Amino acid sequence: MNAVSNEAASKGAAIDIDGISKFYGSFTALEKVSLRVEPGEFMSFLGPSGSGKTTTLNLIAGFTDLSGGDIRLDARSIGHVPAHKRNIGVVFQHYALFPHMSVAQNVAYPLKQRRVGKAERTRAVEEALRKVQLDSFAHRYPSELSGGQQQRVALARAMVFNPSLLLMDEPLGALDKKLREVLQLEIKRIHRELGSTFVYVTHDQEEALVLSDRIAVFNKGRIEQVGTGQALYTAPQTLFVGQFIGESSVLRGPHRSAGGETVLTVAGTTLAAPGAARGEGAQVILLRPEAVMVQAPGTGPQEGRSNILSGVVREMLYLGSAMKYEVTLADGSHVTARTPTQGAPFALGATVELAWRPQESVLLADDGSTAGH
Amino acid sequence: MSVLTGRAPRGALLLTLPAIAVLLLVMAVPFGVIVLRSFAEPVPGLANYVWFFQTPVNLTVLARTFTIAFWVTASCVLVAYPYAFAMSIAGPRLRLVLIMCVLVPFWVSGVVRTLAWVILLQDSGVINRILLALGFEKVRLIRTQLGVTIGMTQVLLPFMIMPLYAVMRGIDLRLLQAARSLGAHPVKSFFQIYLPLSLPGVFAGATLVFILSLGFYITPLLLGGPQSTMLSTLIQQQVLSLLSWGRGGAMGVVLLVATFGVLALAGPFMRRRYQISGGSR
Repeated sequence: MNAVSNEAASKGAAIDIDGISKFYGSFTALEKVSLRVEPGEFMSFLGPSGSGKTTTLNLIAGFTDLSGGDIRLDARSIGHVPAHKRNIGVVFQHYALFPHMSVAQNVAYPLKQRRVGKAERTRAVEEALRKVQLDSFAHRYPSELSGGQQQRVALARAMVFNPSLLLMDEPLGALDKKLREVLQLEIKRIHRELGSTFVYVTHDQEEALVLSDRIAVFNKGRIEQVGTGQALYTAPQTLFVGQFIGESSVLRGPHRSAGGETVLTVAGTTLAAPGAARGEGAQVILLRPEAVMVQAPGTGPQEGRSNILSGVVREMLYLGSAMKYEVTLADGSHVTARTPTQGAPFALGATVELAWRPQESVLLADDGSTAGH
Repeated sequence: MSVLTGRAPRGALLLTLPAIAVLLLVMAVPFGVIVLRSFAEPVPGLANYVWFFQTPVNLTVLARTFTIAFWVTASCVLVAYPYAFAMSIAGPRLRLVLIMCVLVPFWVSGVVRTLAWVILLQDSGVINRILLALGFEKVRLIRTQLGVTIGMTQVLLPFMIMPLYAVMRGIDLRLLQAARSLGAHPVKSFFQIYLPLSLPGVFAGATLVFILSLGFYITPLLLGGPQSTMLSTLIQQQVLSLLSWGRGGAMGVVLLVATFGVLALAGPFMRRRYQISGGSR
């Protein structure tokens, strides 16, 4: 019955990005980036603006020319194939629907380019529109649709010709938060149904975590780390990644190695972190808020929480199931802690102890990254 | 007063009074007089209109007026389209230069520009001298329909470029990128996406140029000859040389009715259901 879709469900393409670079004059947008995306994988490119993630997407789509390296789709080199012959679906942040065509005509467009017969075309358009739940809107024009509906049409149009690879460039960036969450679920469902490989560009780390099998974190024209959301969160390889994914506090201070551990001195207190120092330079400890317990002064180590710092509550937020504290240390740095709500909360200005287990300290080289995306 | 019961405050209507007064005085009144005289002079009745349609030369000139207007409009579209496109994609500095190239001649009087064309087109003029120097034969340009068409095209070009540019500036070029990603060859994506989106500008400019061409006077008079007379020249002859206000008026009314006919034909093409900038906001 659904010959086209069943066929597609079995194959997503593998992408091999092999040392690609992009220079604009003397400006380096992308430098020797390599990455493999597995068939059927949902891969997000995450990074701040100007990090090279959209450049990489444009190079895969063929909208810009490579300055160096090559890209292979299922072992076939596409690095110098013109965009219209790459057979890759692209969804844009700005929807890019053709305003003079109805919804059905927009979705039929890629099929017409491929000289698909009328009967098959009509059937495929209907099916694609049903997948994005817009089958009753076929005869509307894009200007008669809401932003979310337009982006669904764009999605239908990008997948109707069953590309083995779908690229999405911040597709939900122009939509409000609630609609974004609804469409995230739809994109995830469509990815499951199609079986195609998805590459999704975003600067929203939550979105990347929700959607992706793996995330490639971009920074300054390079990939800092590739991994599952969990790997990036619990074991970031660089301070940039650690700070970009999720909430964190960063503690800086002189370090020395002690056995299998590294010890940092922060605000006059020694703190242990597992493993040897990363490289020669300065080290930092990255802390996740939920790892830090806030306790009364003098409580001391409990349940192995032997890293203890003293500080003053600067801000407290009641989050329902948890309390969030911003604590200022003696050296002026801040630590964010999120603890389960229990007993009376600490007041603003109260002196408290922050305690956590050494193995929950993530030791990283100080690359100068600062919080804030 | 029922006219004033709308939402607009009375003051707004008052503000339009000077314009309405001027329009009444310089447009409606003289036009009414012309229509009246076309039916009243020298004797009341349809005599002037009967004369117009029974005199072969009038019909020849009327047909020629439409022919020349057609060719002027066609050449304006062909010349203006790539120019307006260049304007719409140019960087800010180049765009300014291109706009000035359109506007500066526009500020120069049509008479002066037409006289410049006389210098260029005449038998011993610049163009023919260049042709001779290159070893070609002389071409007769002045006092021909070709000469008139060339001159009018240049004078009317801004009326084609500006509406086209206004529409093209609103076309999202990223749509062409999207078309390519969907499998369209760049040339195809131009004809399937860009051209249809720019057509409202083409129709707007073409209508403007065509209607202005129909009533053009100075350029055909100076560049044309007996074989390229247009209707406005005949009207002028009737009124100023022969003092026949009735016949001249009838010709004017015929021209006006023809112009409205063109507008009525063009109307449906100017309406569209979609919005050019219907994509992202």
